[in-house]
Amino acid sequence: MEHIDHLKVFETKIEQDINIEAKDWMPDDYRKHLIRQISQHAHSEVIGMQPEGNWITRAPSLRAKKILLAKIQDEGGHGLYLYSAAETLGIGRDELIQQLHDGKAKYSNIFNYPSLTWADIGAIGWLVDGAAIVNQVSLQRTSYGPYSRAMVRICKEESFHQRQGYEIMAKMMAGTAAQREMAQDAMNRWWWPALMMFGPHDTDSPHTGNAVKWKIKRQSNDTLRQKFIDKTVQQAEVIGLTIPDPDLKWNEEKKSYDHGEINWNEFREVINGNGPCNRQRMSNHIKAHEEGEWVRKAASAYSNKQKLRVSQ
Amino acid sequence: MENVKDTQWPIWEVFIQSQPGTPYKHAGSVHGSDKEIAMQNARDTYFRRNEGTSIWLVPTDCIIASNPDDAEMFFDPSNDKAYRHPTFYTMPEGALNI
Ligand SMILES: [Fe+2]
Ligand SMILES: [Fe+2]
Repeated sequence: MEHIDHLKVFETKIEQDINIEAKDWMPDDYRKHLIRQISQHAHSEVIGMQPEGNWITRAPSLRAKKILLAKIQDEGGHGLYLYSAAETLGIGRDELIQQLHDGKAKYSNIFNYPSLTWADIGAIGWLVDGAAIVNQVSLQRTSYGPYSRAMVRICKEESFHQRQGYEIMAKMMAGTAAQREMAQDAMNRWWWPALMMFGPHDTDSPHTGNAVKWKIKRQSNDTLRQKFIDKTVQQAEVIGLTIPDPDLKWNEEKKSYDHGEINWNEFREVINGNGPCNRQRMSNHIKAHEEGEWVRKAASAYSNKQKLRVSQ
Repeated sequence: MENVKDTQWPIWEVFIQSQPGTPYKHAGSVHGSDKEIAMQNARDTYFRRNEGTSIWLVPTDCIIASNPDDAEMFFDPSNDKAYRHPTFYTMPEGALNI
């Protein structure tokens, strides 16, 4: 039996853009990085259902309610695709959920902000899903097969999310003065947190090195953020919304927008648990999980009983 | 029920056929305590927009996969048999429909 240089095989695949699959040999740190990133992504999808769920019973029409329900159901599905991808790396979903509840695993900071008015549902779909799409489109080319395939599936579903949000904003901007004010207020509160979704500037992003080398991450935080800004400014202008950044201006030389300073203190505060809704998001999740325990146990008990019957 | 452990249930691999007549394709996995619940979960997770007309479910631990380390050796025997492909053969000039 000849000796296989596993690391070399792995690195050659990465170099040639051949996906790594679940049973392939991979460096421990590659596996760890993926578990952290994919589970954080999965938790974000699931926790992200809360700010929107807040408005299901208060949606302004039956049409709006049906759309919002479908959108939130999609996000639950996205969480499941991603847990499923993480599990191919040899970790169980119960363990991933435990890590979330213990505070060892994070979720996207954006979901620690409250959804105060109906316009926030518009802003979330348009800006938060919009930012997520830019990131996820890039991740379709990530080097780990199951993660990449989950991203492809997710991206197919996301454009409806962004469009329904933008439609809400457009309708409100075409409405009464009070509705326009409400839409602009939501814009003002969500713009900066949406920019923070892409993470720290490239110059001080702690995880980037290996993630780029191993092609888990295909484009840098700043590149992705710039993409998002460049396509969103025009959409805001079309419906008459103002981007709450006095320093935002077109840079003819680089053919994209320059933007103002991001408040990284706020980012760190929220990440460290001091955002407006951190505690509420986590206690809701824990409560739902605990209240589901008897259901999971009952179904397991029923299944065990059926198996016993068959074997008798 | 007291002695049943709280788990996320066993995992099942989901294969979907997008249209009658086409091959089944792996979509991902779901958790389910038994095949009925796994089937419901597969429908809710992977079929929200006419993704297909049929589902196959297989318990994950029943999947037998080839070993990636052996791939080269294992799939090698089919590499050097060009005569298994139609382009290997020389057809006489002027012959039609072959
Ligand atoms: Fe999503
Ligand atoms: Fe979404």
